[in-house]
Amino acid sequence: MNAATLFGFGAALLVGIGIYGLIANAHPLRKILAFNVVGSGVFLLLGAIARRGAGAGLGGDPVPQALLITGIVVAFSATALAVAVLLRLHAETGSVTLASEPQAQPAPGGAADQARSDVA
Amino acid sequence: MTDLVIIALVLLLAGLALFAVLARDAFAAVVGFLAYGLLLTLAWVLLRGVDVALTEAAIGGGLTGALLIGAASRLHGTEAAARAERPRAGTRALAAVMAGLTTAALAACVLALPTPAPSLATAAMAPISSLGVANPITAVLLAYRAMDTLLEAIVLVFAIIGVWSLAPDAAWGGRPGPLHRADPDGILAYLARLLPPIGLIVGLYIFWTGADAPGGKFQGATIVAAMWLLVIMAGLADVPPISRRWLRAGLVAGPLAFIAIGLAGAATAGAFLAYPDGWAKPLIVAVELALMPTLTLILALLLAGAPLRTESR
Repeated sequence: MNAATLFGFGAALLVGIGIYGLIANAHPLRKILAFNVVGSGVFLLLGAIARRGAGAGLGGDPVPQALLITGIVVAFSATALAVAVLLRLHAETGSVTLASEPQAQPAPGGAADQARSDVA
Repeated sequence: MTDLVIIALVLLLAGLALFAVLARDAFAAVVGFLAYGLLLTLAWVLLRGVDVALTEAAIGGGLTGALLIGAASRLHGTEAAARAERPRAGTRALAAVMAGLTTAALAACVLALPTPAPSLATAAMAPISSLGVANPITAVLLAYRAMDTLLEAIVLVFAIIGVWSLAPDAAWGGRPGPLHRADPDGILAYLARLLPPIGLIVGLYIFWTGADAPGGKFQGATIVAAMWLLVIMAGLADVPPISRRWLRAGLVAGPLAFIAIGLAGAATAGAFLAYPDGWAKPLIVAVELALMPTLTLILALLLAGAPLRTESR
């Protein structure tokens, strides 16, 4: 099995882990982080595809590799914008909840109620 | 042998990604993500993408990590509330099933990739001697697909406008982020005096060498931006207020110069962003020189965030 295929499988695994984190974490910052894991998995998959396109004395196809550089920079700018939105939400409301119902600060032991309103 | 190294690396990456996703504490998760970004750099080297590895180390790992660490420490107080909102076990199980199906589908796609693999490597190398740049990735970024790079520079300008527009009304036109104070005789202030000259040279070298070897303006600009941020975080200098004219001019100078050279190409070479014969190398260097200060400013200011303080504070 060659390097590109192995990294391709790894990339698929990373995308899966990121998607799980995106859904299973309630904190928006953790969602942003998980989304970056998904993004890096997609980048790695494209990198594996670039490696398969090696030729003309190059170790990889330069066109997808150049796309990746563009992609990484744009992903950073999108992350910075998302973090800025999140920090403003926190400054404005004092909390960062994404729950549809506005709710008070959670009382200790109120986890089940919080989870229910989260699903609703 | 190499296969074993790759399998070990992939497993480590997956382990660190799992830690970054599952860790209880956001700060721990971000530190896991930083380590993940560094290991990913190694993966890029093994995939023969040294330019991508440099970008990943500088931006994907470094700047994104720094951004998330800053946000995690400022949002520390909100974590307990978010833990209480965690989806129920049933939702999480469904999420795990969906994530597993996505992974399986992608793995099937990897196995179904066509052989021989389609490649533009030969097409990218064929006209490269007429461009005068030896690094094929620079040739793609600034000659064959210069439009992508131009649009990317514009996206970055939009991103900083978006971040700034999140400023509270009172702080509009003021200085981004919180005021940093550090012990003027401490190790941070010492390093902030010692490292910037070295970092500046390394950054400019990586920028300059990008024409012929791995490197380029994004990687170089990130290093220079990091040096500036180090000086800011050590309290030796403050972020300029966003109302400064030189700052705003600097943010658009790079893309405007790029567009001007592109329009000149339309007049002299018959297409927008085309280079006249024999002029490719000087024009590519001119575009990179124009973009470098703009990228440095934008990358540093994206990390600094929205204005929070008026000019005097």
